[in-house]
This record gives sequence, structure tokens and C-alpha cells, in this order.
Amino acid sequence: MSSAPAPISVATLHTSTRHDSGPKHVTGTAEYIDDMAEPGGTMHAYLGLSTKAHAEIVSIDLSAVKAAPGVIGVLTAEDIPGENDVSPSHKHDEPIFATGKVHFWGQPIFAVVAETRDQARRAAQLVKIEYRELDWLPDIRSAQANGGKLVTEPLKLERGNVDDGLTAAPRSVNGSISIGGQDHFYLEGQIAFAVPGEDEDVTIYSSTQHPSEVQLMVAAVLGVRQNAVTVNIRRMGGGFGGKETQGNLFAAVAALAAKKWNRACKIRPDRDDDMQATGKRHDFVVDYVVGYDESGKILAVDAVYAARAGFSSDLSGPVTDRALFHSDNAYWYPAVRVRSEPLYTNTVSNTAFRGFGGPQGMMAAERWIEDIAYALGKDPLEVRKANFYGTDTNNVTPYHQTLSDNVIHRVVDELEASSDYQARRQAMIEFNRTSTVLKKGIALIPVKFGISFTATWYNQAGALVHVYKDGSIHLSHGGTEMGQGLYIKVAQVVADAFGVNLDTVKIMATSTGKVPNTSATAASSGSDLNGMAAHDACEQIKKRLVAHAAQLYQAQESECVWVQGGLQVRSELVPFAELAASAYLNRVQLSAAGFYKTPTIHWDRATGRGHPFYYFAYGASVSEVTIDTLTGEYHVDRVDILHDVGKSLNPAIDKGQVEGGFVQGMGWLTTEELVWDGKGQLRTHAPSTYKIPLASDVPPVFNVQLAEWSVNKEPTIGRSKAVGEPPFMLAMSVVEALGVAVASVADYKVAPRLDTPVTPERVLMGVERMKEARG
Amino acid sequence: MVEVTNALTFLLNGEEVTLTNVPPDQTLLDWLRLERRLRGSKEGCAEGDCGACTVLVGRLMGDEIIYDAVTACIRLMGSLHGTHVVTVEHLRGENGQLHPVQQAMVEHHGSQCGFCTPGFVMSLYGLWMRDPHPSRSAIEKALQGNLCRCTGYAPIIRAAEAISDHGSPQGDPLWAERIAVAGKIKALNDGRRVEIGEGAEKVFIPASLDDFAAIYAENPEARIVAGSTDVGLWVTKFMRQIGPVIFVGHLQELRRTEIADGAVKFFAGVSYSEAQPLIVQHFPHLRELWGRFAGEQVRNMGTIGGNIANGSPIGDTPPPFITLGARLTLRKGDVRREMALEDFFIAYGKQDRQPGEFVESVSIPLLPAGEHFATYKISKRRDEDISALCGAFRLKLGADGRVESTRIAFGGMAATPKRAMAVEAALVGKSWSADTVEAAMAVFGEDYQPITDMRASAEYRLLTAKNLLKRFYLETQGQGERLKREVA
Repeated sequence: MSSAPAPISVATLHTSTRHDSGPKHVTGTAEYIDDMAEPGGTMHAYLGLSTKAHAEIVSIDLSAVKAAPGVIGVLTAEDIPGENDVSPSHKHDEPIFATGKVHFWGQPIFAVVAETRDQARRAAQLVKIEYRELDWLPDIRSAQANGGKLVTEPLKLERGNVDDGLTAAPRSVNGSISIGGQDHFYLEGQIAFAVPGEDEDVTIYSSTQHPSEVQLMVAAVLGVRQNAVTVNIRRMGGGFGGKETQGNLFAAVAALAAKKWNRACKIRPDRDDDMQATGKRHDFVVDYVVGYDESGKILAVDAVYAARAGFSSDLSGPVTDRALFHSDNAYWYPAVRVRSEPLYTNTVSNTAFRGFGGPQGMMAAERWIEDIAYALGKDPLEVRKANFYGTDTNNVTPYHQTLSDNVIHRVVDELEASSDYQARRQAMIEFNRTSTVLKKGIALIPVKFGISFTATWYNQAGALVHVYKDGSIHLSHGGTEMGQGLYIKVAQVVADAFGVNLDTVKIMATSTGKVPNTSATAASSGSDLNGMAAHDACEQIKKRLVAHAAQLYQAQESECVWVQGGLQVRSELVPFAELAASAYLNRVQLSAAGFYKTPTIHWDRATGRGHPFYYFAYGASVSEVTIDTLTGEYHVDRVDILHDVGKSLNPAIDKGQVEGGFVQGMGWLTTEELVWDGKGQLRTHAPSTYKIPLASDVPPVFNVQLAEWSVNKEPTIGRSKAVGEPPFMLAMSVVEALGVAVASVADYKVAPRLDTPVTPERVLMGVERMKEARG
Repeated sequence: MVEVTNALTFLLNGEEVTLTNVPPDQTLLDWLRLERRLRGSKEGCAEGDCGACTVLVGRLMGDEIIYDAVTACIRLMGSLHGTHVVTVEHLRGENGQLHPVQQAMVEHHGSQCGFCTPGFVMSLYGLWMRDPHPSRSAIEKALQGNLCRCTGYAPIIRAAEAISDHGSPQGDPLWAERIAVAGKIKALNDGRRVEIGEGAEKVFIPASLDDFAAIYAENPEARIVAGSTDVGLWVTKFMRQIGPVIFVGHLQELRRTEIADGAVKFFAGVSYSEAQPLIVQHFPHLRELWGRFAGEQVRNMGTIGGNIANGSPIGDTPPPFITLGARLTLRKGDVRREMALEDFFIAYGKQDRQPGEFVESVSIPLLPAGEHFATYKISKRRDEDISALCGAFRLKLGADGRVESTRIAFGGMAATPKRAMAVEAALVGKSWSADTVEAAMAVFGEDYQPITDMRASAEYRLLTAKNLLKRFYLETQGQGERLKREVA
């Protein structure tokens, strides 16, 4: 035992530790799947996609494809030994390769495998397909008008007597809002790389947020058991929900080829194909009737949330469910009935995307708040406040969960003061009074977001921690890294638990061989679940080490205290490495599998009742904008944000999520427009036509604060709160502010009702409507 | 007689590379990643819009070596003869220490998923070498061609502002090796023509402008490639056969500018970036437009001649150039002819250019004193977006306040860049007043029947075009304020 050195004062938890891969990112040495060294003989696959929105396949002639230079072979549905399906809902409605019919423009029909990617890609163009075109459903309204076929069971949430509430309400408003979809535009596109092994084995490198599901899908497609398939992912070049299920198909194709030809196979679509063949955020149309009183208090809400699900169910069920779960945002409805319509359309099957339906649900809530405010001539903020959930009363959600951690009042009050909202609103009104061409708008909106998977069984996680004889630590868990900083946060948890420096902890790639049966890294849950599972693993090892030390040094376990640097036994510090070495010699197990499941949650979908969320994250934002009433162009001039992440595990990482989430949300609501042509082809399938925000779109004044006083009331890891999705919705204030600027043209007397994305065109058309209303 | 070699030679980071097998459609990014296994540069879009593949290309301009940030995904190998290609792999110090740009990015949490990061590092590196203490607006401009989906850019901007805290350009290895590199590059530009391959696989790299004219006159089926910001997409997106190709981007004679006889003459190979100082000086009304088309990398590659010669209906230079009365010089062999720019555009995809003839230069008369002029670009996203419409207005008022003459031209409103003859007619001779403008707005529909596409609806295009005339009028009256991005 060495004498106690001064404890190393490196606190690893709750500090702004840098992203573990930062130095590798900036030097180009961080390895993504396309950067890995390929084994000799690696083949490359490319998909052949449908060029009709809805059609019967009369015939397919692949002879020219097969004869093209470098081609090794083609894969169609007939080459699939197991199931031709990658449906994550297990409804068997999502074939890898279409057979008989195609349901959307861009649907995969076959794959060609060649010596090089370029050869495969060129060969794929040579197919001759004869189609017989069928009637097709381009969008939500056409689907509703043609029978409203659903891809999965809808949901209804109901509380109180809505019909009576609407009848009794002194005022009511009905309307609808159209909310656009969004492409993920992860910078690294979809990619999978499969290496065949002996027997039935295959190892897959997949850019996926959900390795366990890739494993399951590939096993089913190959017709083998899950233990034959190992899926690995070190990092993704962005995910945002777009790699929760959308990687399945690519992994399956790579695996099929790898096993068929017993050679490694990689598949990476071009950006244009990626954007046409993979799902996006659902666009919604919400039709609503809302009853309210003269003070602006909502009395009853009745709304239908219709979503463009696309041709298959994918995650449209849970996505539309979450839209309903967030139909309240931060507002209490005395009576409420909300229903979902996940509609079949002849477009790509929409999927998970940061917020997962929540943003669309909340946009609708903010829309009727806006309607009420304009009808009553009030500042929308006043109406918002009048409808906030209470802390002790008026605190039951449409799904009958009682809110027990409501901090929205404090968040909004603090932001209202720190952003100088009231004075700036007055200045805006003054500006608009005299400015003829340019008009300003300002808006403050709240955000409340429920944390937990609503599929309750997903709320579990595993971790695997090894301590080696030299005290170095090997960390694996079921979460995946897509840039959000999960790996560093969990490593902080582990370093903190053992009192070691961060560089003692080696972060391993996520592998289904290390931690089985994991959940998707989604629903903002990554650090909540995996942080706790890793913590559990550490505690098991620590317990064994304490027992060992107590025995070795003839001390009570209570005399052994974990400090920075190792274990302090009475007044002496046993450095961690020394402790590990002696534990090994004394045959103490230095490895543990940790596990965690979120407590207290339950959900009964049939009755629409339960406690689906462990807790809520809160936030608020103020946006100020200027519009040009001649062209509809606009600038977002200033944004102030106060966001609640509980007691932050890593303030720098969390701030990055808030800033990044806001800007991504702003893109969704402003310039990111998905446009399909009259034949059903997506025309905005590349960055030349699909416009995500640039550095020069970031508000010149962008004040982002974390609510430093916040501590999660629930015993989460370090009392932190999830941060991945909630900040995304803060961007709603941009839409609201643009609406204010537009409405100023008619002296704020008419609700602007801007659909999203609010492109310059939508602003100008809004201005024109206001001019007409003004007369 | 021009001497001919069959080798393409350039410097890659610290190494001289000689290639004798260069397909005309081979991209720099594929070559780096697949042939050289330098995988720091990423493919995000393969169309020059996301910047994940950004590298620097150093080229000789006089005796100076100029490093341009470019997108390797659409940069063709044949355009690299006699250049110095610098990839992210070249930035790290000999002992593996981070470069100041990299250090700043790490310390300011400038990377999340990291996929776009090498491209950002290279763009910031290019900026920092010429502007070690950039303003926020200079940073934004340098990053117009780089997309990040994770960070919201805020930490990247903070990093960009802090690079010089970690070192100075004079201490930079690339700076230190400049003189040696310039010498090597000079030696590579040895006055020989490069010819590689045969038939459709043929690559010509002319020794001089005259050599180019001669080659093209003899090979009129060949494709001229300067910046490859358009042709690059034919390769990466449409897999079109583009050869035989004549690469002209390296010809310094085609990058000349001349100011004479009241006009600025740009030879066709002048890039947007190179033209920028002259544009700002002589056509200050074009400053905003010049900062808004494409991103930095594409402005560094794309050429003024290319923007005209490809005949796009949505190119941003033709509307103002037509309005200013620009004249083109076309050349075939040794024969030159001139024409008004507007006469060059015949129909969609069709220009008045003979086989073997190329756009040699465009001459833009200076705006006479006292005339009014404005250009407006309207796009969904302000920067690095293709215009929904782009309008240019020019007006000469008589002493009596009447419109003596006017020229108005739009892109995005028709199948070619086109003048608004009916609107012009409705203005000429009338008093320049709100009523006159109102009346002229009503005849826009005679000049233009725009289409609806993914950028805008026909209705929006027409309405906005009319409103832009109104804005132009208001601006001549000292009103009609425009949006300004107020950053430091």
C-alpha cells in the first residue's frame, strides 16, 4: 500500500469533457464504415429502385445488368433463403425486394453485386422493367379522400367529456394545420458491410442506431438463428432516427450477398438514392376543434392527427402515438379527445426522426393557442401561461398520467425576464407601426417532452465492463454513438464510479456480441438507460473489490471509500491499478454485466391510460425574426433558450444538443421542404434541392442556457435528464414569430396560420392573405 | 509545335504523383479514397453541396501559390495537373500534434458525429491562411459550402474565431513549404501539352490558350471542363460519358481580367472568387449577389465563362450581365466573334455556339454615372441555394424624371435568362412614379410564364418578380429597406 497522494482533482461527472472522438474527427482518422480496410475480394452491392409510384411489375429483364462489366450477380426476392421482410413492426409489410407490385417511387426491386461500387451502380441502371401503373395516393388528403386506409392501428386518447365541453364553451375555433416532413440528412448516408464467417455466421458493420434489430432482421432474412449474426457499430456519421430502422434493408442485402458468394460485401447508396429510398419524418395534417373562454383558457380539444405513413407501417404506429402524447405540449386540457390516422400512401415509408411525432403534436397545440390569442387580441404568451399545467392541480395529461415534475412556470418566467421579452415585444410593435416593407415578430414558446419509450419493454439496457490486471477498463454497452456524445457520457459515469481518469476507460464499439438484446439508441434514452446499466456493472465490480480490499487490509468494508485515484482504505489510498492486480491474484472476478430497467412506467394502449413517461424534460425559447413583405424572405435575428437537462452529465455536450437540436428544428420548420412531382418522385433528393440550415442561418444572437438549478426528481444517472430530442421543438418559436410578423400586416387581428415549412413563399402568401383581410 | 507528354503530374501533400492513366471522369475524391486510401475526406453528397470532401488545391497564379478550398467529389483528376493537393491528412504535425484549426475545433466542441468535420477543418484552414482573425461574416461566408447536421454550427463558429489562439499562419507547415512547393509546381507547368487515353477516354490538358483553341477546333466533339461544378454532377449523378475532355482550368491566360474602354473583361476561366474583388470594386451593386451564389468551394472552382456557356436558365450571372449590356467573345481556332450576351441564349439547352467554338471572354460595361442598378436573388435558403428567381434592373432617368431607358432581366422565370421587354416598354417614356411602376407590374405576365418546381410555385415567382420592380422603385426613392444580416 502506498501512502495517499493528493487526490486527483479531476471530476469526470457533470463536467464539460470533450467528445472522445474529437481529435479523430478533426484529423480525419475517426473511422466510419466506408473508411474501414476492406478484406481482399470485397464485393459492392447497389440497389435497383422502382421508377413508378404504384404499379404492378409485369416483367423484369436483368440480362443486361448481369452482363455488365464487373458484375458478380444479382439478388432478387428469390435469392432470399429466409424472409423477404425487414418490417420493424413485424407486420410483414416491408419487403427487401418488391415482388409483384411496387408501392412507391424509389422502392428497391433488386440488388446488383459487382467488383466495384461504380460497376454495380452503372449496372443497376441497365435493368428493363415493364410496369402496369395503378392509381396511387400521393399524400394525406388524397388518402383520406380515398377510404383512409391505415398501415397500423390508430390510437385514441380521451379524458373528460369533450362534446359537452365544446358545447358549453363560450368560444370555439376549428381549423387545420399542415406540418411538413423532413429528411434526416445525416452526413454519412446509409451503409452496411458484411463479412461472412464459418457455418452460418456473418459479421455486419452497420451504420445503425439499433444493432440488435439489424441482427434480428438479418437472421430472419438469412433464415438462421440470431446467434449466427453479430452486428458492430463504432460510430455513425449522424442518425437522428434515420438509422433506427432504415439500416435494416442495407444490412440484409450486404449479408445476403456475403453469404451467397462467401465474400465480404459493402453497400452504400448514393445520396440521391438514399433520400428517395429511405423514410423521413412524417408530415401531418391536424384537424381540430377547440373550445375556450374569454380569458383564453382552453375548455375542450377534439383533434385528428393524420400522418403520411407511406407504404408500410415501419414505426408509424409509435410515431403517431407520440404525436398524441404531445398534443398537450405544456397545456392542461379539461376535456380532450385526440385520434391518430397513420395513413397508407404511395410514398416512402416514413420513420423515426428526433422527436418521433412529438414535434408535430406540439405544433398543433401551439397553433390553437395562436388562434385563440389572435381571436382575443392577446399576446399569445398570455394565452400560453393561462393554459399551463398546474403543479398540484390541473396536472393530468390526456393519457391520464399525473405530472409530478412540472417546472414550466419557472423556465418560462426566467426566460421571459432574461430575454427581455416584454420590452422587445413592445419594440417590435413600435417597429412594425412605422416600417412598411420589413416587419418583425417575436414569440416565446414552451416545450415539455415525455421521456421513455412508449413501448415499455424497450426501457431496458445492458452494459459490459471489464477491468484488466493493469487497471485499464474496457467499456461496452448497448447504446450507439451517432455524435450525441453518449459514449463519452457513459465513460464519464464509469470513470467517476471507479475514481479513475477518463483515459483509463477504453470505449468499445457497440456489438451485439458484447451486450445482447439492446434497445434502439432513440427516444433520447441513451444515457439514461446505458449510463445506469454501466453504473450497475461498475457497482458490482466495486463491491467485489471492496470485499477484497477489506480482507487484504484487514479493514471493515465501511472503512473503504472510493476516491479519485482508487480506493481509500482507512487513511491509505490503494491506486486502482494496484487494486486490480491484487484482486486478480486473489481470484476476484473483474468483469460484470450491468443491467437497468426504467422503474414506475406502464402503459395500456387499449384503454389509453397509464404512466408511459418516467419524467419530463422542459424548455422554452424566444425567437425574433424580420420578414420582407415584398419577397417573403426572412431572417431569424435572435434566439434565447433556457432548457432543462436536470443535473447535466456534461454541460458542453448538452449545450451542443440544444444548439444543434434547435437549428435542426428550425430547418424542419423553415427551409427544408420535401417536394414530390406529379408522378410521385421526390424532387428534393440532394442538398442542391433540399436545404438544411447553414452557418449563416444561425441566429446572430443565440443565447443558450441550461437550467442550472434543475435536478431530476427521479433517480436517473447523476440526476440528469435526457437531451437528445426535447430541444428540437424549441424551434417552434421561429414559426410563431414569423406568424406574428405576417399578422402585423393586418394589425394582429387575423391568425396567420402558416403551414410548415414556412418557406419565403409561404410567408409572402401569408402576407398576401393578410393584405386581403385588411382590405 | 507544342510538345506533348502523356503524364499528369501534381503534388499530393508531401509527395509528387505522376499518372499516365487518368479517365476523364475520375474524381479526386474517388482517387483519394479508393486508390490512395486517404479516407479522411468524406463523401456526403457527391455533388459539391455539403463540403465533407473539402480539400485545398494550390495553384500557381503568377509566382504566387494560391490555395483554394474545393470539393473533391466533383473535382476531376484531369484538372489537377501542376497543382498541390492538400488533404486533411497533411495537417497534423510531424509528432502527431493537432494543427491550430484542429485544436480549436476540439476545444470548442466543434464536432459531434464528426463526418462533416474534416471538410470544415479544411475550409477553416483555407480561411485562416488568408484571414487569421476572421469576422463572423467572413467565417459564415467561408462555411457556406459546408453542411453540418449535428452542431447547429454555433461551436464551429466559436472554434473558427479562436484558431489564432492556437498558432499563426506563419508557423504553419504549409506556409513554411510554400516557396519550395511553388518551385516544384512551376517545374510541373513546363509548357507541354498533356494527352492521355484515346477516343472517349481521352484527356487533353492544353499547354496554352492558343493550344486549347487549336485542340478544340480539331476536336469539336470534346467537352470543355473548367471548374467542373456542373459537369462533375453529370459524372457523379448521371454517370454520363463526358470524354473526350479538354481541361482548361489551369490556363492562366483564361484567368485574366482587363479593364479598358469603360468595361471589365473577364476571360472565361476566371472563378467567381477571383472575380470578386473586381466585381465589388466596379459593380458594387453585385456585392451581395456575389456572396450568395454557391458555397466557397464552388465559387473557387466555378467560372464566369462556365456559368454562361452552360446556358442554364437559373445561372445567377446572366441577368445582371445582360442588364449591364455584357458582350461575349467566342473563339474558334484563331477566329473570334462578338455578340450581346442575351443573344447567346437561344432556347432551353441551346446557345449560339458553333462546334469547336468556345466562350473566351465576357466584357461588362461599367454602369454610367447617374444610372440606377440593382440585382435581387430570391432563394429558399439565403446562401448556397439555386435561385427561385434572380432579377436585375437598370434605369436611366431623364432630367424630366421620365424613364429614358431601362433594362430588366430575370433568371428562373423562363427557359433561358430573359429580358422583360414588355415591362421595359411599359416604363420607357413614363414618369418614374409609383403609378407607372404599378402599371408595369401588371404586364410581367406578358414577359414571363414561369414554372412551378421544387424551388417555388409559378405564382410566387411572378408575384415576387413584380414586387422586385416595386422594391427597385422604392430603393431609387431611398426607401424599401432590405434584410441585412447583422453579424460582427
